[in-house]
Amino acid sequence: MSKATRDGFGEALLELGASNQKIVVLTADLTESTRVADFAKKFPERFIECGVAEQNMAGIAAGLAAEGKIPFITSYAVFSPGRNWDQIRVSICYSNLPVKIIGCHTGLSVGPDGATHQALEDIALMRVLPNMTVVVPCDAIQARQATQASISINGPVYIRLTREATPAIIQSSNIKFQIGRAEILENYGQDAAIVACGPLVYQALIAAKELNDEGIKTMIINNHTIKPLDKVTLLKAARDCGAVVTVEEHQVNGGMGSAVAELLSANYPVPMEFVGMQDSFGESGDPDQLLAKYGMSVGKIKEMVKSVILRKGR
Amino acid sequence: MIAEKVREDVIAMLVAAGSGHSAGSLGMTDVFTAIYFSKTLNLDPKDPWNPNRDRILLSNGHICPVWYAALARAGYLSHEELLTLRQIGTRLQGHPHYREFRGVENTGGPVRQGLSQAIGVTFAGQMNKSDYRTICLLSDAELQEGQNWEAIMFAGKNNLYKLTAIIDRNNIQIDGFTENIMPLEPLADKFKSFNWSVIEVDGHNISEIVDALNKAKAIFENPTVIIAHTIPGKGVDFMEHDFNWHGKPPDWAEATEALKELRSLGGKIRSEYE
Repeated sequence: MSKATRDGFGEALLELGASNQKIVVLTADLTESTRVADFAKKFPERFIECGVAEQNMAGIAAGLAAEGKIPFITSYAVFSPGRNWDQIRVSICYSNLPVKIIGCHTGLSVGPDGATHQALEDIALMRVLPNMTVVVPCDAIQARQATQASISINGPVYIRLTREATPAIIQSSNIKFQIGRAEILENYGQDAAIVACGPLVYQALIAAKELNDEGIKTMIINNHTIKPLDKVTLLKAARDCGAVVTVEEHQVNGGMGSAVAELLSANYPVPMEFVGMQDSFGESGDPDQLLAKYGMSVGKIKEMVKSVILRKGR
Repeated sequence: MIAEKVREDVIAMLVAAGSGHSAGSLGMTDVFTAIYFSKTLNLDPKDPWNPNRDRILLSNGHICPVWYAALARAGYLSHEELLTLRQIGTRLQGHPHYREFRGVENTGGPVRQGLSQAIGVTFAGQMNKSDYRTICLLSDAELQEGQNWEAIMFAGKNNLYKLTAIIDRNNIQIDGFTENIMPLEPLADKFKSFNWSVIEVDGHNISEIVDALNKAKAIFENPTVIIAHTIPGKGVDFMEHDFNWHGKPPDWAEATEALKELRSLGGKIRSEYE
């Protein structure tokens, strides 16, 4: 079953709207594609159309939050947090206000729209901000869980979503979602740990299965919360496996892999490889072709796992 | 007179801090005095977070010495604490930090963000069916920032009549005079074309400022902007009209001279509210 993470978000928002009167939703001319149209229809008095003005939207959300509301601001990530980073930093984060920032259409998989619309820097932009929580759900069910969990955090949260329908990974309630708690999805063995986030977790799972068939035993961690990192799970994986490959649909500079590297280098350094965008812009194309061309395919993950294992114990 | 006392506080704070913004702080002293001492707004230092209070937000946070000084004179803050401005560990940050102490409603750091925040505050009040009004103070030069026009457009579209913006029209900015750097005129016409009501006042005539605040309360069609024509550095002769005083404090000798001048002005600055 395939479904986009943005759809999981839209469903959760509708539920939250009914159960929590503090929820207010703002969008910048992207009601339908950020999946807030149903909320807007059902709760028009708590829906604010800002027009194409992401900076103003972030500021308004700060003001609403100061008065006790829980605002969700929604747009494409290239615009929010891409265009309004300063407002998120000053008006929202410095004041530690509970604004939820929903960045849609992230990653290369936006596909045909091309490089201008492929947000590949948003994790870096958000995780550098004090007070910010950063979550990257791996599928629609997790997006739904993350959206619901975000309102229990009394501060800003960034949730990174994607446009394309992607395979279901989380099977209903077999794993309890918790912000800040990474999930071990598979544990074939301890040759290396694959730490992934977002819909690419699916590719990581396929890679691990194929590697297992070849006799290479890995464990797969769904590192959905990039800030705060689950230090306990990640350090244990590094100790147990002695090698880590990170997988993300984001620039390797400053992204999830960098966050893991910061943690490990300070506490338990092991060889690492980074699957992700290698400091370049994307281009138009079919999402699968783009992931292959820019080095985020199943094959690339396998290659990096083999390469990191060779570096163990040197 | 209160405004003169506030000006003296501002000079004392700036010289003690060794950095900060003189011109705008002195230029807006009469406006702040009108806000906190005229009793036209619902403000109570003894109950500073009352849900029905009127909200005062400062967008051009760099003139916070005058905000802090007015708050102290009004009883929100001890007078002694004013001299901790910009010192390590102080609540009186160089640019105001959200609810750091009583009366500080917003983070007003780099200019341009306050009006959007004020819209959110106003909108929340409308959703909650509250009666409070929101006053947002801005500089003139910060209107060169695009975000303000996003906000002005939004407030006009949504007829946010409980929102009042006060522009410090002092015509200066860091690099010179606004009309040379990036002209703002015709400013009143710009606001009118965005569906705002416009009131222009002498920013040093407290009764005119109070009248404008009262008049804004009686407008139910759209938001109001009060364009306060001010003299940067007002009250200190060698600072007045000189953009070089935008972002620097007086040294000890200059401060002494400024204080002497302020204390001998007696009646030059009109202030009816003791």
